[in-house]
Amino acid sequence: MNDVAPCAPRTAQTYKSAYKPIWCPGCGDYSVLSSVTKALAMLDLPPEDVVVVSGIGCSSRIPAYTNCYGFHGVHGRSLAAATGLKVARPDLTVLVAGGDGDGYSIGGNHFLHACRRNVDLTYIVMDNHVYGMTKGQPSPTTEPDWDSKLSPGGTKLRVFHPLVVALASGANFIARAFSGDPNGTADILAQAIRHPGFSFVEILSPCVTFRPEQREWKTQVRPAPVEPTTDASRAARRLMTDDGFNIGVLYAGDRPVCPLAPAEPRSRVEDLEAEFAL
Amino acid sequence: MDMPVGTEERAAASAPSRRASPVASSSLSIAIAGSGGSGVMTAGMLLLEAAAKAGLYGLMVRTSGPQIRGGEAAALVRLAHRPVAALGDAFDLLVAVDWQNVHRFADEIPLCENSVIVGDAGEGDTPDVFRASGARVVPLPLKKIAKSIPGSWINMVALGLAGALSGLSAAVLEAALRQSWKRDDAGLAANLEALRAGIAAASQVDAFPTLGAAKPARGTRWLLSGNEAAGYGALCGGVRFVAAYPITPATELLEWMAPALAKVGGTLVQAEDELASVNMIIGASYGGVPSLTATAGPGLALMTEGIGLAVASETPIVVVDVMRGGPSTGIPAKSEQSDLSFAVSGLHGDAPHLVVAPTSIGDCLATTQWAVHLAEALQAPALVLSDQFMGQSRAIVDEPAQSTWVARRLTATANVPDYKRYRDTESGISPMAIPGTPGVVYTADGLEHTEGGIPSSQARDHARQLDKRLRKLVLHDYGEMWADREGSGERAIITFGSAASPVREALRRLRERGTHVRLIALRLLAPLSQERFDEALAGVSQVLVAEQNHGAQLYRYLRAMIDLPGKPRSFHRPGPLPLRPGELADAILAWSTR
Repeated sequence: MNDVAPCAPRTAQTYKSAYKPIWCPGCGDYSVLSSVTKALAMLDLPPEDVVVVSGIGCSSRIPAYTNCYGFHGVHGRSLAAATGLKVARPDLTVLVAGGDGDGYSIGGNHFLHACRRNVDLTYIVMDNHVYGMTKGQPSPTTEPDWDSKLSPGGTKLRVFHPLVVALASGANFIARAFSGDPNGTADILAQAIRHPGFSFVEILSPCVTFRPEQREWKTQVRPAPVEPTTDASRAARRLMTDDGFNIGVLYAGDRPVCPLAPAEPRSRVEDLEAEFAL
Repeated sequence: MDMPVGTEERAAASAPSRRASPVASSSLSIAIAGSGGSGVMTAGMLLLEAAAKAGLYGLMVRTSGPQIRGGEAAALVRLAHRPVAALGDAFDLLVAVDWQNVHRFADEIPLCENSVIVGDAGEGDTPDVFRASGARVVPLPLKKIAKSIPGSWINMVALGLAGALSGLSAAVLEAALRQSWKRDDAGLAANLEALRAGIAAASQVDAFPTLGAAKPARGTRWLLSGNEAAGYGALCGGVRFVAAYPITPATELLEWMAPALAKVGGTLVQAEDELASVNMIIGASYGGVPSLTATAGPGLALMTEGIGLAVASETPIVVVDVMRGGPSTGIPAKSEQSDLSFAVSGLHGDAPHLVVAPTSIGDCLATTQWAVHLAEALQAPALVLSDQFMGQSRAIVDEPAQSTWVARRLTATANVPDYKRYRDTESGISPMAIPGTPGVVYTADGLEHTEGGIPSSQARDHARQLDKRLRKLVLHDYGEMWADREGSGERAIITFGSAASPVREALRRLRERGTHVRLIALRLLAPLSQERFDEALAGVSQVLVAEQNHGAQLYRYLRAMIDLPGKPRSFHRPGPLPLRPGELADAILAWSTR
């Protein structure tokens, strides 16, 4: 699978696998894949030291399209698998990727707790406001009046605000990117990977099949008119008034990273027998 | 107290027999009961520790009401000259430090005419449910004795009384108290005095059978619970990562492992739920670190999708299910072997996996260690079916033999040409690349896949990977560990898990009376092998399957999977009451003479 000579200079191509994605033509996820590989090249990480963990959905297919180690698990549980991996193997760089349904609906509880646990992970959500793999149902980020077969006339539900939830739950780095700007996205991803603790990058990634109107996102997005803040209350005000199209790093905190990690053994397993022996 | 075998009237499980026991007890059963917080569990623990110092074997089962604090509680202790792993048929002595809600334990503390009830008359009358047994009631002013010694506790009076009646010396009882004492010297002095007062009060209970002095112990003995044994076995097997969500009765396993893992260089994560815990251990194991979680039935139900992922992605994990009464929330703090059907067949799709069960409290160590070995060797999930009885009871056991079961995973070396993670090998086991190893990167997948790990819905890929995942389990040589086999005879009793201990004791009683029945206590519940059963059942014409659940789950499973000789019969009943050797001996005798 890995056809790249180990000593060749690393480029984005180093991190791309030979497999052709199953995504529809025009899907935003192609650009996200390209941004991920660019970011890894910017950081010059050995591909075998990077693991891409995902759940289920169109975007969750991404691990096999990289030339890194990959774990394509079950729906909604990617953050849990990645947490176990990173705590047990802190030497690895662990990226977690998936969609809005995977992360905010079925995986919502893990999202909260991954933010508060603050394990050094980078969580990339390719948000297209729709379940694409099951052919067009509303997700937590779908607009309340979006009509579909499963929820005729719309869900009439308030839209989930992942960035606000992430901030309230303790994520240490919060950014929004747009797949239509692969270089800008790569730059944000590189910052997210470098930032200690739990980094959350929401990437607006249009579903041209079920949400063709999202092609217009390119005219709606804009660079966030503010610098990244380390002040959570400022970030909260900023995110609460955000219309969902401000692009950039919106919060970069300095919370202590989750201390869970294997320590040097202090005793041999056999020494534990002493507490049982009479 | 042991009931005689083979009397015409069978002891019903829920109503204790009222017969006198004509045979001398080979063990002594003592219940110390009272309100929660009255210290009866501490008294029971110290009684067991003192007995251990005196060279006896023994067992302590904890039972309590559903309240977190302030409910009723009882320590059920059984002491003997030889190893005991099951509760007896009835209790020789019930010491109640108060009677507030102790009547709720009437079914759990069966008494008979030869039993003695010591209660404090000042704390109310002995409940009718206990008097009805015909047991002798000896009122003693336990509370008054404790009050007369400022700073002392009533449970220490009860300990002295129970200890002296068991035949334990003042020296071992005092030593047990001194060893466990963690408070100030004045308190210790007061409680030693209370202990001695309890010992003195024992003289007012006449004609009570004691066990007599034990022979000096040969070899080292251990005192531990099944949950601790399972945790220690996991570490011996090489587990270095645990993720779990608290659940009764598995929590103590995790609480034991948390500091222990830290000492040996491992980590434990308290997960947000069981969906997270199983996926966390899958992630850690994918990273090359042997991993385990522990739970009970409700948690296992939540984990099943993840266990299926471990099957499909061929990621080794160990899941300990400390079974409790079900379904749903069921009876959280009481034992039942009712997750068996679910454990062996609860995964969606064709999902071959390992299911093992310890056959005693002490065996929780070796079986869990073996489970780690099997999971790692076969790159598959292994479920360990412990239960509340084994998990939360403490027993004095002979030091377990060192076992050699450790995690040994077949891993891929760097830069192997044409590496395929899921290569269809002869054994079914294919080298697993561990992240960090260059030149063999792959994506593990829960989607059906090609040998290279690429998602595939092709019929030939599906058939090939299904065959591979089954073959690796079926071809493995499980050796002698698959079952504990004892005795000979044309009849055999097949059982598993905690039921094995009372069955074993029932068969020993029957053997002493000339009835010989073979025992097959299964440790490996999946995969089953007809060949192993044929060999173990050679010469057997009839089989009885014994288990503690309402649905005869093992019986049905064996009938579906294995050709058994003759007309197989079932002995099964649900929890929460433990299976007792007497009821099993009667059932086996009735069956074997039919």
